[in-house]
Amino acid sequence: MEPHEEKPIIYTMENKPIVTCAGDQNLFTSLYGSLTQQLPREPMEWRRSYGRAPKMIYLEANFVQFKEELLPKEGNKALLTFPFLHIYWTDCCDTEVYKASVKEDMQRWQAALRLHGSVDWLIAVVESDNKKKNKTNILPRTSIVDKIRNDFCNKQSDRCVSLCDPLKESSRSQESWSSFLTKLRTLLLMSFTRNLGRFEDDMRTLREKRTEPGWSFCDYFMVQEELAFVFEMLQQFEDALVQYDELDALFTQYVLNSGAGDGANWLGSFCAPVRSWNGLLLRRPIDMEKRDLIQRGEASLLDLRSYLFSRQCTLLIFLQRPWEVTARALELLHNCVQELRLLEVSVVSGALDCWVFLSCLEVLHRIEGCCDRSQLEANSSHTVGLWTYATEKLRSLGDLCGLVSENGPNSEDLNKTVDLLAGLGAERPETVNSPQSPYKKLKEALSSVEAFEKHYLELSHAAMEMYRAIGRLRSARLVGKSLAEFYMRKGDPQSAEDFLLDSLKSYVSESWSLPITHTRKQIAECQKQLQKMDEYLQTSALLASDTNLSDEERKHFCQEILTFASQTAEGKGQQKDACVALSMSSFTRLQELCFRPSSALVHVSAALLLELRLCSLMPVPVTLEHISASIHFTEEQPGSTAQKRAAQNPDSTVTFPTASPASASALELCEILENSPSDNALSSAGLACRNMHLLMRRNDSTSSLDTPNTALTALTLEDGAQMLRTSDVTLLPGNNSIVFTAPTQKPGVYTLRQLCATLGRVQFILPHLYPVVQYEVYSQEPQLSIQPLTEHLLAGLPQQVKFTILTGHYSVKKGDALQLSNTDSMPVLHSSTCSGRILSSSAELVSESALSIQSSEKVTSISLPVTPPYHTLEFLLDVLCHIPSCPARMESERLTNGQISHRTRSRTRFNSGMTVIDQKVSVDCPWSIYSTLVSLTFHVPFKVKHSLLSAGQRKFIQVCLQNVSDTNFRLTNQTLTENQHTPSLELLSLNTKSHSLVFRQQCVFSVWELRWSGVCPVSLHCEFSAAFAPADAPDAALKPYRYDFTLERVSTLLSVCADIRPAEGEQDCRTGALCRLEVCLTRLSEPSDSDEEYSDTDGLRTTRLLYEVIDNNSNWAVCGKSSGVVSMPVAAMATHKVHMEVMPLFAGHLPFPSIRVFKYLPHHSSPVIPPDTDSCVENDSLSLEEQAETASLRSRGSVQSLGSGESAQPRGPMPKRQAFGAGQVFNGTQGQQVLVLPAADHHLMEVNVT
Amino acid sequence: MAVCIAVIAKENYPLYIRSVPTQGELKFHYTVHTSLDVVEEKISGVGKALADQRELYLGLLYPTEDYKVYGYVTNSKVKFVIVVDSSNTSLRDNEIRSMFRKLHNSFTDVMCNPFYNPGDPIQSKAFDSIVSTMMVQAF
Repeated sequence: MEPHEEKPIIYTMENKPIVTCAGDQNLFTSLYGSLTQQLPREPMEWRRSYGRAPKMIYLEANFVQFKEELLPKEGNKALLTFPFLHIYWTDCCDTEVYKASVKEDMQRWQAALRLHGSVDWLIAVVESDNKKKNKTNILPRTSIVDKIRNDFCNKQSDRCVSLCDPLKESSRSQESWSSFLTKLRTLLLMSFTRNLGRFEDDMRTLREKRTEPGWSFCDYFMVQEELAFVFEMLQQFEDALVQYDELDALFTQYVLNSGAGDGANWLGSFCAPVRSWNGLLLRRPIDMEKRDLIQRGEASLLDLRSYLFSRQCTLLIFLQRPWEVTARALELLHNCVQELRLLEVSVVSGALDCWVFLSCLEVLHRIEGCCDRSQLEANSSHTVGLWTYATEKLRSLGDLCGLVSENGPNSEDLNKTVDLLAGLGAERPETVNSPQSPYKKLKEALSSVEAFEKHYLELSHAAMEMYRAIGRLRSARLVGKSLAEFYMRKGDPQSAEDFLLDSLKSYVSESWSLPITHTRKQIAECQKQLQKMDEYLQTSALLASDTNLSDEERKHFCQEILTFASQTAEGKGQQKDACVALSMSSFTRLQELCFRPSSALVHVSAALLLELRLCSLMPVPVTLEHISASIHFTEEQPGSTAQKRAAQNPDSTVTFPTASPASASALELCEILENSPSDNALSSAGLACRNMHLLMRRNDSTSSLDTPNTALTALTLEDGAQMLRTSDVTLLPGNNSIVFTAPTQKPGVYTLRQLCATLGRVQFILPHLYPVVQYEVYSQEPQLSIQPLTEHLLAGLPQQVKFTILTGHYSVKKGDALQLSNTDSMPVLHSSTCSGRILSSSAELVSESALSIQSSEKVTSISLPVTPPYHTLEFLLDVLCHIPSCPARMESERLTNGQISHRTRSRTRFNSGMTVIDQKVSVDCPWSIYSTLVSLTFHVPFKVKHSLLSAGQRKFIQVCLQNVSDTNFRLTNQTLTENQHTPSLELLSLNTKSHSLVFRQQCVFSVWELRWSGVCPVSLHCEFSAAFAPADAPDAALKPYRYDFTLERVSTLLSVCADIRPAEGEQDCRTGALCRLEVCLTRLSEPSDSDEEYSDTDGLRTTRLLYEVIDNNSNWAVCGKSSGVVSMPVAAMATHKVHMEVMPLFAGHLPFPSIRVFKYLPHHSSPVIPPDTDSCVENDSLSLEEQAETASLRSRGSVQSLGSGESAQPRGPMPKRQAFGAGQVFNGTQGQQVLVLPAADHHLMEVNVT
Repeated sequence: MAVCIAVIAKENYPLYIRSVPTQGELKFHYTVHTSLDVVEEKISGVGKALADQRELYLGLLYPTEDYKVYGYVTNSKVKFVIVVDSSNTSLRDNEIRSMFRKLHNSFTDVMCNPFYNPGDPIQSKAFDSIVSTMMVQAF
């Protein structure tokens, strides 16, 4: 039979639903083996009430012998001991036997069942062939079964099943087994459904009574747990867990309600002071001790929670959810602590810590017990919380029991330890043999300082390792930090430092200021104990500037630095370095740096001030011995001029960026515009990131961290040869301004590299200045320049020019003078009051002093006032450039100092109309052995033209003076004189005597009549002179102007007159009608010998003349021959008449067609003498008026061919014509007109209206 | 109600952090900073599960004995952390969610301010007052 029969209540997982067996015990025993084996083989679907999902369930059963006491009594709610099914076994096949004994037995059994209201029963009839064979005469086998069905199963025929030959291996037997088992399972499930349903209803009713007084949670707990047990028994762990979770939630709600003031009476028992804190116990499936306590209502809150959790844990592990255990464990532990606090349960201090510590380790052990190592490692994110919690709790226990100190626990601590250990009780039997049990660990840890340290470090390192493994670096560092605090308490700063620095790293990298401050404070303490002075001072500096600290703390740390700084090096003999270099960033924040002058560009040895504005972060005024900035010097590159660079940096104030976490990663964008090289048009525009190299840098978790200690190693002071230095600076808290005097001895670029503030033995160093700060020093050669004050310098008038001397590196000493070589064409006009202005390099007036100018024959000497280097000396001087009387006849002049002769050239600019004179001035400067040549350009204000006008024999000379400048002039005293003083010659002025004004770009004409007696001179050399001055100037300022010219062939040789008459018989000339033109050439005087070519024909001297009639205005049509050659006798008053036909084309007063006369040179004559160029130029305007357009301007006055097209052809043996001189032919037809009437006939007339 | 509310930039430095004055400010700084570990873990986890990508609420980051730390991350990876006293059991998940939503709305307003420079610490009075409504009132 069943071995468990004697111990009916076994709370292990071997529990199975109880099925009682009555009837033939021997028969059952023979079948028991196969029955228990085959029953769980196939699942059954379990349909459940309340809409719960149906489940496939494998059934097992615990078959026990039927006893009446097994049947539950009224009110007994125990489900585990509840027999779910009762089976009556019989193999009776004899009706007689059945009637005699079996039936009676069955009735008794049925009565017992009915008495206890049990309806779940089954009668199994086993049939066997053996028995049948023995008693063949007996009733067929069915009759027994039928009988039984008749007797017991009214309407429930399925309550009786037969089992055929169960011990044989036949198909019939198997079939019979199968149907039997199905029946059995169905009935079992029906029983479960019915009984559990009834139980649940009862349970719910009980729960609804929870508001009634006297309701006990513990009782209810027991009831619901019973249900949980059954589910567990049925392997329905999920359902079982739900029961516990419901209990858990119910209890939690009560605690919360109690916290809200709505406490239940029964809760009082849980509020009893905690006396035992031996932790969770997860090694037993069911902790009977605790269960008993609950059942008795004596459990404390921790007992209840522990028991509840141990059950949940067991079920979760059955469900293969170990990681939920850890999460729930952490929640439970936190929750318990909170609940005890909420219920104000009195707990010995440290007791909870013990409980939590033990519980954490117990959970971890339990998990380790059911998982392999790799699984544990993969899921350390689930367990690490427990490890950390255990570590924290052990730590607080250590603090409590005086185990975390240098001196070890005192007696009071020991008393506490004893109390705590007492609460642990004895070790549970399950773990007695385990050397690493949480209980043993805790006891050992609390037993001595060393053991505590060992366990604490073990836990801490385990937790840190796990955090690291899952990438929770911050958490790992936080554990490390508390480990560091532990070391500090233990007086082991060496071990603490690394952990602190490590955590500081992560706070700094992510800019968490409060944690930074706190950690730094700890580091400072640590470094102080370690006597790491450099690091300590650096940390102190950081802390002194930390605004998160109170003023007192900051002052303390500042004082630490000041104290150290004031100690002498000998005082600390063991210190190897006399000076300590600290980072300046912790000490001050640079704001701005500006230069004075702001261009940051000065000449050699000029004063350059550099103002550094910085904000002192120290809480107290700090007096620095000096602040210096080292300088990197680069020689000036040849070719880079100071002026060019000056244009580049107009203002060189450098603003230092303020460091903020955001700015570190901000994009620094700048605009990029690209112009195409050909037409300078915009070809592309874009944005560029200037700090890309910083942003694109690989962001390593370690490299990006900028701890001051790593920066310290780089703090080496460069020994720059040159320094900016300011001594005895007191930096007040907040903004300060420090002024440096920059060295400017050598020309070149000076770049500021490092900044160093010295405070006793302490140096604050800024290793790199960013952005780059630099200034430039240049050296300059002295320079002299002479510039006009006005736009144009006018020749002939005194003009002011400005002398500018840039002294450069030269300093003008007393006695230094400028030597100007005098030239005749440009004298220097000096007055006694000539003053020079001395300007500084920044164009500020320094002084003004008089210059003394001495003039000798050759040299004008200007003595200069004393001028320091890099100053500008300016003075004004009047110069006068004489107008050359004939611009074309400038002679080259030698310079007085005997140097290479420079010709003052004049050239005519046709576009401006001004004649320009370039005047070179040679100046000897005191700083150079060479002369400086300065070129001044003068403009001649006038342009003069002359012309000879004739009226028959009378001659007039006209001079036209044109003012080509932009100044208005007053002109006076115009005279014309003949240079050769020919006695019979007289020039009669026809001009006004008064002054005349010549406005700019206007002309003044003057006319003289030329009279002579006797023979007319062949050529006349005349001189036009006038005095001029600017219109508003006084008479004294009048300057002379001269104009020389020569007139040739003055006298009139020929007179041409003409007459146009209508045709014969006509009164008037009419358009379209031919008219007669009569030209009469009259020789007025005998020509001079050389003037004309004679030909002697028939003993009569004649000259041949070519005449030509042309009408350029198309007024006339010349009919027939328009030109011809005539021979003119060489005798005065010889006349020659020519007749021609002309036809007027228009009506009106028509001017005569032009009649021209030329000398005719036959082809055999000698080559043409080139005409005098002078007369050509002078006769320009005249010939322009008289000559036809056929004559080109460029060949003016020269030989003109008959046909315009032939001019370019080479000269052959062709007759030539040569023009007469300007005054030689008097044309009487000029300006003469003739009246032409319109045509008389009334035919159609063409009228052109233009 | 919260005992500490923090806004943390994408780069993990604090943009805003405020805690009840009665308790140690430093402690909350440490707590919030450490919680970033879990936030990062969850963000990288969220990346894997596409379905959860739109869920900004990260839930309970980790409980401690005294506090519960909840997290929320915006699409621009700005993190919100709310620390609640463990004893304050009346707060349900939904309430925490709505606190985060309110915080997010107010944060969006701050970001919309043209005078606010993204990345700078938040100094908005409006934001401050929204945070105040969610904080445990000082006694």
